[in-house]
Amino acid sequence: MYAEKERHVKANARDYNDKFSYADNHIKTSKYNVFTFLPINLFEQFQRVANAYFVVLLILQIIPEISSLSWFTTVVPLVLVLAITAVKDATDDYFRHKSDRQVNNRQSQVLIRGRYFITLDALYTCCQITCSNDYILETNLKVRQALTITSDLGDITKLMDFDGEVICEPPNNKLDKFTGTLYWRDNKYPLDNEKMLLRGCVLRNTEWCFGLVIFAGLQTKLMQNCGKTSFKRTSIDKLMNTLVLWIFAFLICMGVILAIGNTIWESQIGRNFQVFLPWDDFQRNAVFSGFLTFWSYIIIFNTVVPISLYVSVEVLRLGHSYFINWDRKMYYSQTDTAAEARTTTLNEELGQVEFIFSDKTGTLTQNIMVFSKCSINGKMFGDIYNEYDQKVEITEKTACVDFSFNPLCDPRFKFYDSSLVEAIKLEDLAVQEFFRLLALCHTVMPEEKSEGQLVYQAQSPDEGALVTAARNFGFVFRARTPETITLCEMGRAVTYQLLAILDFNNVRKRMSVIVRNPEGHIKLYSKGADTIIFDRLDPSNEDLMYTTSEHLNEFAGEGLRTLALAYKDLDEDDFDVWMKKLLFASTVIENREEQLAVLYEEIEQGLKLLGATAIEDKLQEGVPETIACLSLADIKIWVLTGDKLETAMNIGYSCNMLRDDMNEVFVISSHTVQEVQQQLRTAKEHILGLSRVSSTGDVEKTNMFAVDSVFEETIIAEYALVINGHSLAHALEPQLEHVLLDLACLCKTVICCRVTPLQKAQVVELVKRHKGAVTLAIGDGANDVSMIKSEYQDRSLLLMDPKAAHIGVGISGQEGMQAVLASDYSFAQFRYLQRLLLVHGRWSYFRMCNFLCYFFYKNFAFTLVHFWYAFFCGFSAQTVYDQWFITLFNIVYTSLPVLAMGLFDQDVNDQNSLRYPCLYKPGQQNLLFNKRQFFLCTLQGMGTSFLLFFIPYGAFSVMVKEDGSHFSDQQTFAVTIATSLVIVVSVQIGLDKHFWTAVNHLFIWGSLTVYFATLFAMQSDGMFGIFPRNFPFVGTARNCLSEKSVWLVILLTTVVCVVPGLAVSFLRADLFPTLTDKVRHLQQLRKREGPQEQNLRRVRRTSSRRSAYAFSHQQGFGELITSGKNMRRSTVSSVASPGRTPPSSTWIENVLKRKNEVSCANDESAGGPESSDGAKQTPKQQHTD
Amino acid sequence: MGKVKVKSGPLARRPDNSAFKQQRLPAWSPMLTANTVLPFFYLMALICMLLGVWLLLTVQGTQEMKMDYTKAGTCDLCYEKRKNASNAAQSCTCKVMFNLQKAFKGDVFFYYGLRNFHQNLRRYMDSRDDGQMVGRKKNLKNPSSYCAPFDKDQNGVPIAPCGAVANSIFNDSFILSYHQRGGFKVRIPLLRKGITWYTDKNVKFRNPKTENLTLAAVLNGTTRPLYWQKPVYELDPDDPTNNGFINDDLIIWMREAAFPNFKKLYGVLNRADETFAKGLPAGNYTIDINYNFPVQYFRGRKEVVLTTLTWFGGQNHFLPIAYLVTSSLIMLLAVVLTVIWWKFGKAGKNMEE
Repeated sequence: MYAEKERHVKANARDYNDKFSYADNHIKTSKYNVFTFLPINLFEQFQRVANAYFVVLLILQIIPEISSLSWFTTVVPLVLVLAITAVKDATDDYFRHKSDRQVNNRQSQVLIRGRYFITLDALYTCCQITCSNDYILETNLKVRQALTITSDLGDITKLMDFDGEVICEPPNNKLDKFTGTLYWRDNKYPLDNEKMLLRGCVLRNTEWCFGLVIFAGLQTKLMQNCGKTSFKRTSIDKLMNTLVLWIFAFLICMGVILAIGNTIWESQIGRNFQVFLPWDDFQRNAVFSGFLTFWSYIIIFNTVVPISLYVSVEVLRLGHSYFINWDRKMYYSQTDTAAEARTTTLNEELGQVEFIFSDKTGTLTQNIMVFSKCSINGKMFGDIYNEYDQKVEITEKTACVDFSFNPLCDPRFKFYDSSLVEAIKLEDLAVQEFFRLLALCHTVMPEEKSEGQLVYQAQSPDEGALVTAARNFGFVFRARTPETITLCEMGRAVTYQLLAILDFNNVRKRMSVIVRNPEGHIKLYSKGADTIIFDRLDPSNEDLMYTTSEHLNEFAGEGLRTLALAYKDLDEDDFDVWMKKLLFASTVIENREEQLAVLYEEIEQGLKLLGATAIEDKLQEGVPETIACLSLADIKIWVLTGDKLETAMNIGYSCNMLRDDMNEVFVISSHTVQEVQQQLRTAKEHILGLSRVSSTGDVEKTNMFAVDSVFEETIIAEYALVINGHSLAHALEPQLEHVLLDLACLCKTVICCRVTPLQKAQVVELVKRHKGAVTLAIGDGANDVSMIKSEYQDRSLLLMDPKAAHIGVGISGQEGMQAVLASDYSFAQFRYLQRLLLVHGRWSYFRMCNFLCYFFYKNFAFTLVHFWYAFFCGFSAQTVYDQWFITLFNIVYTSLPVLAMGLFDQDVNDQNSLRYPCLYKPGQQNLLFNKRQFFLCTLQGMGTSFLLFFIPYGAFSVMVKEDGSHFSDQQTFAVTIATSLVIVVSVQIGLDKHFWTAVNHLFIWGSLTVYFATLFAMQSDGMFGIFPRNFPFVGTARNCLSEKSVWLVILLTTVVCVVPGLAVSFLRADLFPTLTDKVRHLQQLRKREGPQEQNLRRVRRTSSRRSAYAFSHQQGFGELITSGKNMRRSTVSSVASPGRTPPSSTWIENVLKRKNEVSCANDESAGGPESSDGAKQTPKQQHTD
Repeated sequence: MGKVKVKSGPLARRPDNSAFKQQRLPAWSPMLTANTVLPFFYLMALICMLLGVWLLLTVQGTQEMKMDYTKAGTCDLCYEKRKNASNAAQSCTCKVMFNLQKAFKGDVFFYYGLRNFHQNLRRYMDSRDDGQMVGRKKNLKNPSSYCAPFDKDQNGVPIAPCGAVANSIFNDSFILSYHQRGGFKVRIPLLRKGITWYTDKNVKFRNPKTENLTLAAVLNGTTRPLYWQKPVYELDPDDPTNNGFINDDLIIWMREAAFPNFKKLYGVLNRADETFAKGLPAGNYTIDINYNFPVQYFRGRKEVVLTTLTWFGGQNHFLPIAYLVTSSLIMLLAVVLTVIWWKFGKAGKNMEE
């Protein structure tokens, strides 16, 4: 493979392009086919250290001088493990094949209006512009634009002649960058990302477009982003790897000890025993004999690192993933979406999350705005009262206002206060004017699919909500042209002449339209942030302003987004003068923006207040409760959003992350490093200073910044940090990042707004790097296909990058399949996160930890018996057990009970896990399985092995059979110890288990039965008759287990091995019960008392925030509308038949009109650049027109 | 994880509401509370104590006589003689005497014991061919390589039975006599057959099929182990059916001991004789020993053991004592736990939130 430095693509020149052998559009993510499966899979498996280790062992076992175990003791488990893994890999690959087929068969020839996925990266040449219309689905569109020079290539014949050549960058994964040049007709044209259509984006507002394919298949930017799935490891994995290394070290130590023992023994005693057992040639040297013994013992002790460990862990994780998939309580019936664990390797990490990084739009919020209240002329509407004049809470059951009087109403719109409709019907002038304003002053595009079926396409959901509200209250916005707006006012069509749109921008925070009504009066309608509008009111409105202001406070207190509305009658002459100035200003090239702003300011004065609207930015169901619950579990939630500061804070308040009773909310918003540093320092000083004073009353300035972590725990006061993108950029610089991190960790809530995807990743990485905590990133998987591209953008930086969060969660919607592809877990609603972490995560962690503890205990108890025996058998590496027992102990006799424990154990049921979020904390603190726990359980294992060996030893040295025959032989001893071991570990797992289901019973009793059955089968006459050498234990079990003394020994061993552990756990639970114990206790009490009503946590929103939609709103389509572009000629006919090719005449005609925008749907995540995008775009469009 | 669902409709992908999938399986979730743990401890202590006392009483009723004869009596001469390997072919007999204070009632078992003899070395234990010992002709002529260097003699003739274990068979023999009151020495009849495990005698060790030939003829072409004086088919001159691989002494020897100190059954008192119908009477006894087995190389000791049995085997003090010790420890633990629980953790004091 050569490294591609540049890419050359020529249009309509297949031969030319074929030279380079670029990738075709076939996506292949599968790894194997039928024939390559076995070799490739085996090759991959043997690359794993564990498997390779066992192969080395196998080789050692073949050397007769070393071989202390027969070959089958390693081969049987190894083959089993390889087979299980291979089956799993094969299944995975089968599904990959299936999804590949699905992706590759996706239709891509015919571009159909609406939701269409682009599967190539193409240079965008030209397209037809119609105003397409999926209104609810998306609000944030990205404009893509063809080169001016290519934009008239709409004709097929012209297109055939196009022979431009593109030279551009080689395939890469930078979604937001593209550089290249088009060479055509001896001219060079620069190409950038604006001219590209990337795979994964969705065409809107156009029926078709032509493009030149630059990258295809795996080379597309999207696939370049997805392709590299980095294998994530959990912290338990890492710990396990460390522990396995320790075990190896331990193993080598023991090997060395025993090898030395062997050297000494051989030279002291073995020498004298040569009459009966002559030394081999190599054994002349006792040291060399010790060396060989070392290897022999390494083979014997290999079971401390059981081959089945890794495969068992994988099976457990797979099981846990299935439980997530099966959970009905994470199933969202509205979109028919069940939760999905897309990776099966991270489950227990879900029980250790300390930081959650959350997106806002679509994650916390539904991205649906609902018109909920308004204040008109000093009267508030929207609340409903009962007969005693008490406010009634609005619930699902509350009766909606009946809008049947209005045939054009939107049936989905809900409003509860009927007095507003009455006011409308009474033809209250103020109310009429209020809704007229809402119907006129906006930049929404209407589409009437069929008579009366209106669909609005709004640039922001706020606008859509307002226009829809006006529509339902009888002021239906029906159609617009560049010059007119047609309303249907209370059933009567009225056409207003649109004179000017004074659009939104970040500074103005308001928008106005100037219209001439049918009566010929010129009116200015304005809506905007309350403060801005109030400043521009006519002094006569003061009383109304105060009343409205009170209402606004009330709205804001409920977390609603408010807008003030005002209007003004304009004098014809004044307007003419102003209009001339405006026309002049808009042709100026320099300082155009500023001049326009001044002119707008000039006319928006002396307004008359109409009222205010309150829009609810609908949070997803249960978001405040979930956040409250998660923060009780000590999980820190950071919101990283591309939104504006105010919007973000607003959401922070409404979902209870920010509260009025917080001691302080620090807002970091500056533009220079120094300022940011200063603000951060001050904030930190404030927190530390306060807490210092309050706790010790003594402020030591010098130490203030030295020991932060100590203070972190002592802070009782609640703080919040809000930081914007600019400041974040500075704060993330190396010299400041510590200050930022310290401060952020002192705060309960952190909100970062206007952050770019890159910054999101940086923040996550910062936390990961310095806190060593498990992080989870949750992003909206889009209710909406159009967000997919940015979803990937998000994901690619946030989740897929190995630097990014440990766990990625995608919120999936109806179209979830595409959106959640990059995530590790996906579900439909943010609130399921609570269940995923507190129930599934906690259980997974708990189970995995118990599993590992028990597993190590079991294997130490099993293996170390050989160590003790070494002192009696001359360190000759003689095994205690039958070889078959060694082979089968881990994979047959004891695997199922421990797997059942790892799969089904529950200390606390799911309701209680949710009710007591504190139960989650042990996971974060790594309490259930750490080096100490490991040490303890291996110690217990060693103790058990000691007793297991020495009690039978004591008994056997003097034991004979009941019939007097000799009985202290090695085989009887082996069977006795093996049986004791199996019984002891079974009893122990019974004590470790918290939750005995039928499956557990089946597995434990089943395993014991299988043990005895296998024991007798392996030692039966038949087996011996066939392979006398492999089954030398014939008859031992029969003779041994029929002896009462053997059972006395087994009983004694079991009791002695189990009792100490039992006493310790009883004491621990009795004297120092953990929260888990307490909850278990309660749970049992409650079970006895019968089910109780569950008291659900209700989180009240309290906030005095002024929320202002105006702050979050971005520059609108105003100019686009007035410029007349993007307007459909005939509203109904041309789009009446979606999916069918329009008649060719219109088609060609439209081509010739050469409207050349295509909108790629995009998410707010692009953050910063977005508003500037709009600003740049608009003028360009004008030029191209 | 794509599972193909046949369901359709609006809730097609809704997970099944089964107790298993929703992890709501009915379950028993026991807790370690004082109500369960403490009674269990007392019960265990009680059971162990009862068992311990019972075992102890049983053991008290048994009798055992152990005598190290390595250099005892006249055997020191033989001991010296065996020091020199060149005398291996010469026989040596010696005599030891002992006195039983009390009569041994019931069945009496006669064991020989070895100390410091490692039958449990890996290479020693492997040095045998079970295929040969079960009478497979192929293995007879072609012993397993594990038997090396006792698989073939210097001339390359295969050894049967091969291997270090068989080679080192314990070859002392004993004649036990009772001094009757009149001064008569009565030879005590010992059953030297039927003292092995049934499975060993009938399954694990078989002679090659003779097919109307004598055993010697079948084993023709093999040679006896290096240290043996007699070939395997002449081990028991008195009983032709006790020869070859199914010789009881050989079988007993081939069942390798787990530890370097062990005893193996030599014979059982034949109580058919009237004098010994009730066991061994008190009095003086002599053992005439054919002293062949050398132990000085490995600083070993040889002993003979006479013992009576209980329902759980021979005279075994370990089990009763271990049970009693365990019982008292558990009792102690239970009392301590009770006190701690009473003082600090009673009635879920710590369980309050």
